[in-house]
Amino acid sequence: MTEPALAIADLQGFYGESHVLHGVALEVAQGEVVTIIGRNGAGKSTTMRAIMGLLKKREGSIRIRGHETIGMVSEKIARLGLGYVPEERGIYGSLDVMDNLLLPPRLGPGGMSLDEIYKLFPNLLERRRSQGTRLSGGEQQMLAIGRVLRTGADLFLLDEPTEGLAPVIVQQIGVAIGAMKAKGHTMVLVEQNFRFASKIADRHYVMEHGRIVDVIAREDVAASAGRIKAYLGV
Amino acid sequence: MSTQALFGQLLIGLINGSFYAMMSLGLAIIFGLLGVTNIAQGAFYMMGAVFSWLMLRELGIGYFYALLLAPIAVGLVGAAVEKLLLSRIYKLDHMYGLLLTFGILMFIQGMFVYWLQTAGRPYPVPRELAGGFNLGFMYLPKYRAWVVLASLVICFATWFAIEKTPLGRSLRAATENPALTRAFGVNVPALMTIGFGAGVALAGAAGVLAAPIYTVSPLMGADLIIVVFAIIVIGGMGSILGSIITSLSLGLLEGLAKVVYPQGSNMVVFVIMIAVLLIKPAGLLGRER
Repeated sequence: MTEPALAIADLQGFYGESHVLHGVALEVAQGEVVTIIGRNGAGKSTTMRAIMGLLKKREGSIRIRGHETIGMVSEKIARLGLGYVPEERGIYGSLDVMDNLLLPPRLGPGGMSLDEIYKLFPNLLERRRSQGTRLSGGEQQMLAIGRVLRTGADLFLLDEPTEGLAPVIVQQIGVAIGAMKAKGHTMVLVEQNFRFASKIADRHYVMEHGRIVDVIAREDVAASAGRIKAYLGV
Repeated sequence: MSTQALFGQLLIGLINGSFYAMMSLGLAIIFGLLGVTNIAQGAFYMMGAVFSWLMLRELGIGYFYALLLAPIAVGLVGAAVEKLLLSRIYKLDHMYGLLLTFGILMFIQGMFVYWLQTAGRPYPVPRELAGGFNLGFMYLPKYRAWVVLASLVICFATWFAIEKTPLGRSLRAATENPALTRAFGVNVPALMTIGFGAGVALAGAAGVLAAPIYTVSPLMGADLIIVVFAIIVIGGMGSILGSIITSLSLGLLEGLAKVVYPQGSNMVVFVIMIAVLLIKPAGLLGRER
């Protein structure tokens, strides 16, 4: 059996004194797309940050293709082939759009070229000499996604990629994520927009109060509509 | 007052401004990247001058080679200091960086005093740059023109390296958001070592340029650094270009004060510093946090 792309077991996470992740466990197979859904403050983004090593106080086990990363520093974890799109997008104001795209080092083979990224997001080509933080919210999101597509990463963590964006931009982001899935990339998606998430994800992990409380497979989504509504509180 | 005296003083002002520029540029890089106010910058300036003097006396290495080798040596010492000492205190309050570099300053300065005593040692102006030009309104010694030119070139090269190269791109990113930059796979701790080494190497280069003008002595950095910090307060810790421009203009202003009101020339920078602190505490070109 091949190693899962990502296997988290008994993950505990802390912000200072407060205990925010209580034994998170989830598994993502190679090439699979899963979402983590749940209410605000359930610990979804914190789980992402824990995987990237950005959450400093974390215990348990996070294995990436079999490599235990719980004791690793961020740059070592990233070099296992991770591409992270943070919730706050993390666009650098001291870099222009092109430098934002060129910043992350190559992590593996098969990354997109600048031209391919510009083809996917034509706005970025037009604005390649603009300061990163001068872009609109939608353009910043395109930049945040485009930036990790260049690196040749194979496991992508996308934190709320459609949050606060106009429908037409959400559609454009959806096309990009669909293309990433078609390429066989593994993806973990934190998403509030369940309609968007349900279209691309193979499975949905439901998170509540810092733990995974349910898993819903793609084919069960229709049948579980009521349950999902209750989880999301909509 | 003669124009000779005026332009002579302005030239000295410009030269001092060039030294200030290289020093404050290094400090700006270090502060941006490490969050450390490097009080020891003056000691690294002195180290550059002493290294070039030692190279000449002990090894017969001439000025132009020293201008390359001494800053590299200073940079390597700086990198070792960062790796061994500074890297341990990033998690603590900025004040600890100030205190630690103050201790490093005392240590380096003390070692050199112990070793070479405090007497000034002359460093000859290199033969190629001896003599000068008579411009009519003033006499311009070649070496002084060289110092201004060389420091401008070094400052520009530094600016170029930061703004236009891949390494500079990573440095800027690590300065703005170190945690995220690491999450992209950039080795930020290594960048910090490089940044500190480069920052003090700039001071070392200023020291080599200064050696033939001022006498080389273990205490030569002590006075300079106080003025440089005042300049940084005035200009603000913001931009690279800003620190260069502020340094040159304040050097010139100091030179002008020496002609107009010599008694106040050592004071003028500090008077401006007080005024700026009262009116715009973040500095003229700095951003409020």
